[in-house]
Amino acid sequence: MIKICQDAFDPWHEVDSYQRSAVAMAGKYGATGVFVGTMRDFNEGDDVDSMILEHYPGMTEKYLEKIVADAMRRWQVLDTLVLHRVGAIESNQPIVLVAVWSARRGDAFDACRAIMEALKTKAPFWKKEYLADGRARWVESNSDGYI
Amino acid sequence: MSIKVRYFASLKEIVGRSEEELDGQNALTVSEIWQKVNAGKPLPDNVLAAVNMDYVEFDHSVKDGDEVAFFPPVTGG
Repeated sequence: MIKICQDAFDPWHEVDSYQRSAVAMAGKYGATGVFVGTMRDFNEGDDVDSMILEHYPGMTEKYLEKIVADAMRRWQVLDTLVLHRVGAIESNQPIVLVAVWSARRGDAFDACRAIMEALKTKAPFWKKEYLADGRARWVESNSDGYI
Repeated sequence: MSIKVRYFASLKEIVGRSEEELDGQNALTVSEIWQKVNAGKPLPDNVLAAVNMDYVEFDHSVKDGDEVAFFPPVTGG
């Protein structure tokens, strides 16, 4: 399942609730890989108060679907849950959740990481940071999580 | 029919608008569309383009009814 969230979410509640509702995979999974990305209160040496996350409605969902489908072709994955915030976000709030259920840990770890890295480079989201000193700036690029 | 052109994030602020329509144009490439609606201004560095919500190269041919989007590198997650 893929969800774009306007409001704050609790990733641990979302994983628990989704796992309980996905009765078809009960007893089939032995591994759950979970990544949660949370907004820091610093970036590039500056204190950051909040941010606005903009997205391209339609294209964002399309690319998240593609990214998940690619991972499901590459690894033995039973199900996935991807949530991403948009709109106004405060520091310490979760931005993104990627959860992957698989029979074995290797597939769960690898697929979770691959989905997250592909999301960072392909899914059309953009962050504008509001700094403690009153300035605002667009984040210019994402770093490579494999380096 | 027409072509819808959209801008996102910092590029939307640079061009000063979020979207516009280009009427009755056919067989233009993505970079020709940019030139037409931005009075020949060069594309800022690192801009990405999508047609009908798929990433494309700038020599991609745009058809009537297509949606063309220009935006900076993505920074989600």
